[in-house]
Amino acid sequence: MLETIGVSTLEDLYAHLPEDVRFGGALNIPAGKSEYEIVDYFRARGLENANSHANFLGAGVYHHYRPVLVDAVVSRGEFLTSYTPYQAEISQGTLTAIFEFQTMICQLTGMDVANASMYDGSTAVPEAAMMAMRITGRDGIAVARTVHPEYREVLGTYTRHQSTSVTEFEYDPETGQVDLESLERALTETTAAVIIQSPNFFGVVENAKQVAEMAHAKGALLVFVFTEAVSLGLLEPPREADIVAGELQSFAIAPSYGGPFAGIIACKEKYVRQLPGRLVGESRDVNGNRAFCLTLATREQHIRREKATSNICTNQALIALMATVFMALYGKQGLRELAEQNLAKAHYLGERLWRRFNGPYFNEFVAATGVQTPDEINRRLLGFQIVGGLPLDRFYPELRDSVLLCCTEMASRADMDAVAEAFGA
Amino acid sequence: MDPENLRYTKEHEWVRVEGDAGIIGITSHAQSELGDIVYVDLPKPGTVIQQGKTIGSVESVKAVSDIYTPVSGEVVEINGLLAQSPETLNKDPYGAGWLVKIKLSDPGEPAKLLTAAEYQAFVGTESS
Repeated sequence: MLETIGVSTLEDLYAHLPEDVRFGGALNIPAGKSEYEIVDYFRARGLENANSHANFLGAGVYHHYRPVLVDAVVSRGEFLTSYTPYQAEISQGTLTAIFEFQTMICQLTGMDVANASMYDGSTAVPEAAMMAMRITGRDGIAVARTVHPEYREVLGTYTRHQSTSVTEFEYDPETGQVDLESLERALTETTAAVIIQSPNFFGVVENAKQVAEMAHAKGALLVFVFTEAVSLGLLEPPREADIVAGELQSFAIAPSYGGPFAGIIACKEKYVRQLPGRLVGESRDVNGNRAFCLTLATREQHIRREKATSNICTNQALIALMATVFMALYGKQGLRELAEQNLAKAHYLGERLWRRFNGPYFNEFVAATGVQTPDEINRRLLGFQIVGGLPLDRFYPELRDSVLLCCTEMASRADMDAVAEAFGA
Repeated sequence: MDPENLRYTKEHEWVRVEGDAGIIGITSHAQSELGDIVYVDLPKPGTVIQQGKTIGSVESVKAVSDIYTPVSGEVVEINGLLAQSPETLNKDPYGAGWLVKIKLSDPGEPAKLLTAAEYQAFVGTESS
C-alpha cells in the first residue's frame, strides 16, 4: 500500500509535521497483552462489582428488575445493529417501535407529543429550558434546588455561554417541597420557565398544580422533570406542565456506571414546532397502507442548520426500545402494581427512620443519621453486603447528617430491617 | 405577473405601501420554488425590526426559508389566516397570502427597493 501511494515508510506520512509538535518519548501505557490475559483481567474486575448486594442507592439511577424479554428483543440484529438512518422510512420496524414509544410516553406524561427520545434526563432538561426560551422569547430560567443536582450542572453547562440567567429557588425545610415564597421571588417578567422535579431529588412529591399556576400567572412555562419513571405508574400525569423532561433508566435500562440511558421530552401540541429531536409520525404509503415517517423534520439540523431547535441532541433508539418493551410488557396495570410495591417498601423502611421531610414521598426519602455519620452507617451496611444510601453533604452542605435512601421492588424485608438497625432504629 | 405597484427584494419579498405602513409578503416566484407551503412562522405584533433582518420563516414539505423584512419598523399586524390555511400563500401570494404589516420607521426605504421590472430581470438572471 505504501508503494502505491509513493512513500517508503509509515513515518513518511507524518514527515510534514514539525519536530517540536511531535511526541518523542514512549507512551506511558502497559505492553500489549494476550487475549487470554485481557479476558482474565476483566473477569477479575467484574468480580469486584457488588452484583449480589442489596441496594438502597437511588438518586437518579434506580435498582429495578430487568425482565429477560427486554434483552431478547433488543439483541435482535434488526434492532441492535441499526442506526436510525437518514432515509428513515426504509426502516419501518424501527419507526414503528419509536412511534409506539412516543405514544406510551404521551400516555404516561399526559402530554400531546413526545419525541423519539434524548440522550438522558440530564440533557433533556436544558433542551426543555431552551425550548421554553424560544417559545416565550424570554431568557430567564427559575429552577428548584430540589431538581437533581447533576441535572442542574448540565443546565449550567448549556446556558453558561448564552445570555441566560438561571435562578435557583429554595425548598421548604419542613416538607422538602418547593418553597413557594422563594419561587415567587425568583419569578420575574423575564422568566421563560420554572423547572421542578417530582418526585424531587429528596423523593418528595411536589404540588405541580400550584407551581404551574404561579408560573403561568407570570407568563412562564412549567417544565416538569422526573428521574424515577416508575412513579408515573401511580402519580397523576403532570398534565398542567407545558413541557415534560425525564429519564427512563428505571424502565429496564441497566445502571451501567451511569449510562447509556434514554431521556424523554414531551410537550403540549401547540409547542411542537419548538420541540427538539426526531419525531415519528403515522402516514399512508402509496398503496394506502399504514406507514410511519419522520415528520416535522424542518425543526432539525440537517435542514435548518444553525436555526434548528437543537444541534446537540439525538435519539437513543436501542435504549429507548428497552423502555418500550418494558412498558409494553408491564402495561398500565402492571406498572401501577410495580409502583405500589415501590411505595409500600419505601414506606415500610421510611416510617421506621427519622425522616428529614414530612412531604409525601414515593420510593426515596431523606433519613437523618443522628450521632453516626452517613459513612459510618454505609461502611457497616457494606459488611452485610448492602449498598446504603447517598450521603447528601456532597450536594447539600446543610443536610450534612442525612442520607438519601431508595427502596425499589428489589428490596427484601430482611435487608430493610438490617438498614433500620444500622441507623439504630 | 408581479404587480407594478409593489416593490421587491432579491430575497423574494414584496412590500406594498399603505399610508404609513408597509404590507409584506413573498413573491409568486418564491412560493412556486418552495412548493406546497405547510407552515408560516410570523413575529409577534409589537416586534421592532431592521430592514434585511429575519422576521420569520416559510416552510414547505421539504424546505424552510427565512423571511427578511424589506422595510424597517414595528410589526403592527400579522396575517392570522396563515396559521389555519398556509396554502393561501401558494394560491394568492400578492393578496390574501400577505404576511405582516409593518409601521414604517423610514418611509424612504420602499422607493429604494426593486421595481417589478427590475425584480423580473433579477429572477431571469438567477434562473439562467
